[in-house]
Amino acid sequence: MKKTILLEFEKPLAELEAKLDEMRQVGSEDPAPELLASIEKLEQRVAELRTSIYTNLTRWQRVQIARHPERPYTLDYIEAMTEGFVELHGDRLFGDDTALVGGLATFKGSRYGTSDQNVMILGHQKGRDTKSRRYRRFGMPNPEGYRKALRLMKMAAKFGRPIITLLDTPGAFPGMEAEERGQAEAIARNLLEMSRLPVPIVVAVIGEGASGGAIGIGVGDRILMLENAWYSVIAPESCSSILWRSWDYKEDAARALKLTAPDLIEHGIIDEIVPEPLGGAHRDPSFCFTKLGTAIARNLAELSEKDGAVLTDERLAKFSVMGAWEEA
Amino acid sequence: MSWFIRKSAGIKTKTSQQIEVPDGQWVKCTGCSETVNRREIERNQLVCPKCSYHFKMSSIGYFDLLFDDSAYELFDQNLVPTDPLLFTDRKPYADRLRQTREKTGLTDAARSATGKISGHQTSVAAMDFGFIGGSMGSVVGEVIARAIKRGYENQWPVLVISQSGGARMMEGALSLMQMAKTSAHLAKLDAEGLPFIVLLTNPTTGGVTASFAMLGDLHLAEPGALIGFAGPRVIRETMGQDLPSGFQTSEFLVEKGFIDRIVDRRSLKEELGHLLDMLID
Repeated sequence: MKKTILLEFEKPLAELEAKLDEMRQVGSEDPAPELLASIEKLEQRVAELRTSIYTNLTRWQRVQIARHPERPYTLDYIEAMTEGFVELHGDRLFGDDTALVGGLATFKGSRYGTSDQNVMILGHQKGRDTKSRRYRRFGMPNPEGYRKALRLMKMAAKFGRPIITLLDTPGAFPGMEAEERGQAEAIARNLLEMSRLPVPIVVAVIGEGASGGAIGIGVGDRILMLENAWYSVIAPESCSSILWRSWDYKEDAARALKLTAPDLIEHGIIDEIVPEPLGGAHRDPSFCFTKLGTAIARNLAELSEKDGAVLTDERLAKFSVMGAWEEA
Repeated sequence: MSWFIRKSAGIKTKTSQQIEVPDGQWVKCTGCSETVNRREIERNQLVCPKCSYHFKMSSIGYFDLLFDDSAYELFDQNLVPTDPLLFTDRKPYADRLRQTREKTGLTDAARSATGKISGHQTSVAAMDFGFIGGSMGSVVGEVIARAIKRGYENQWPVLVISQSGGARMMEGALSLMQMAKTSAHLAKLDAEGLPFIVLLTNPTTGGVTASFAMLGDLHLAEPGALIGFAGPRVIRETMGQDLPSGFQTSEFLVEKGFIDRIVDRRSLKEELGHLLDMLID
């Protein structure tokens, strides 16, 4: 397994794995039967611990996996699932936003059991190192990002191309200029317009789905979500700061917000959970590319049967039933 | 459906439901710090007679003010919030709901009604900041969506009066989805060629601004209201500097091109009527 950045809760496992490696090293030079027996025992313990950690992830642990610095991002998925991606820039009003990318591409359905299809694909983009993180504004778009997304999606509708959006943002950028240029209006406009685009829209939450910044490109016919992604009305830290009046309750907030994929499928917000390898997407990105590609291919194939008016009627109906209330 | 009709003019809701003006006969105005007689404020549509500061008005207050002869029919009073996530912070959400309901007499942070404004039958929804900061959870989203639906099903214009701190945290992603729900119904209203008017009042922020409150054909705002996406504190932390004075006020948003007009509450009914007259045959 390649060296990966460890999360706090993974450290006991890593220590055990390191010990196992050491014993194997010794074992290969001097294969004494007692040593081989204890190696076997330790292997079993490592396997048990790995399963127990990763199949009992707390909500906060999943949030950490969703934010893992080696997690595959939008452009990685585009690279893996499509060919001939042509990135398109700018909102035609103010500028280009580097935290939200998109363009035309051929979705390689043929790799995933359907057929190739030209699509508009777009999503939030985070950076990998200090410089690119700043360049991508940590995946937090300004209004231009949302307006570019809308321009591209309307273009897709004009040319009858399905739309794939990938959500991965800690939120829309909360800056002064974003306010001046109408962050709220840009997001709101997308919600309205996405609800009536007469082409299939498949949305996938691949990492962080924080609030309005996420749903601003998140209205679609099918909502998919990676197993360790999170999606909610607010990030756990901010929720902690507002409701507990302290930054220290992020774990409680994560628990309270019910922000994981299993939570959201239970509440009828997402349609499908896309599995990740044990330990998270970054442990084996190609596993995720295949799983997400397959899920998108299947959903696009189902949706391509429907005409535009049916799609938009069903989309409205889908979002209309979301929520929980009683009629007394 | 539980509803009632106010036929006669001039029925006034209990003061406790109407405003957040502090108790007592004499009130220190939040705007000018002058001491003002409570009755005088109440007679003045909850606007300070000295400095025109607009105190918060309740949903019922707006209905009484805006509908002709204060006659209207309330809808969806029977929609009540549940606690789908069994949410607990320092206090269980279920307790918070119960206590807020007892304190305010409201079922949630939005109400809807229909009636005539300047003779035009209109579907109106208005929010109540007094109910968990006017936050939008499932019930608020549903009440507003139904008010919009009532508009396009009956060919009526729709007016929404916003007053909210944003989406309600205690219903998690369900609250977030209300942004999409309300906006999707507005697409339908738009396709029918019916007017959607928003009156933004103090404050309108977060998920409410980033959905229906910014999707009007017309955006009216009360003077001096705080309107924005991110809260001032968050922006201050992001920028690491103080915000210019007047940032995120109604006046600021007019300057930036997001609000059509600032309207004093005392001329609101007249102005709304005039706009509807011009838009509707």
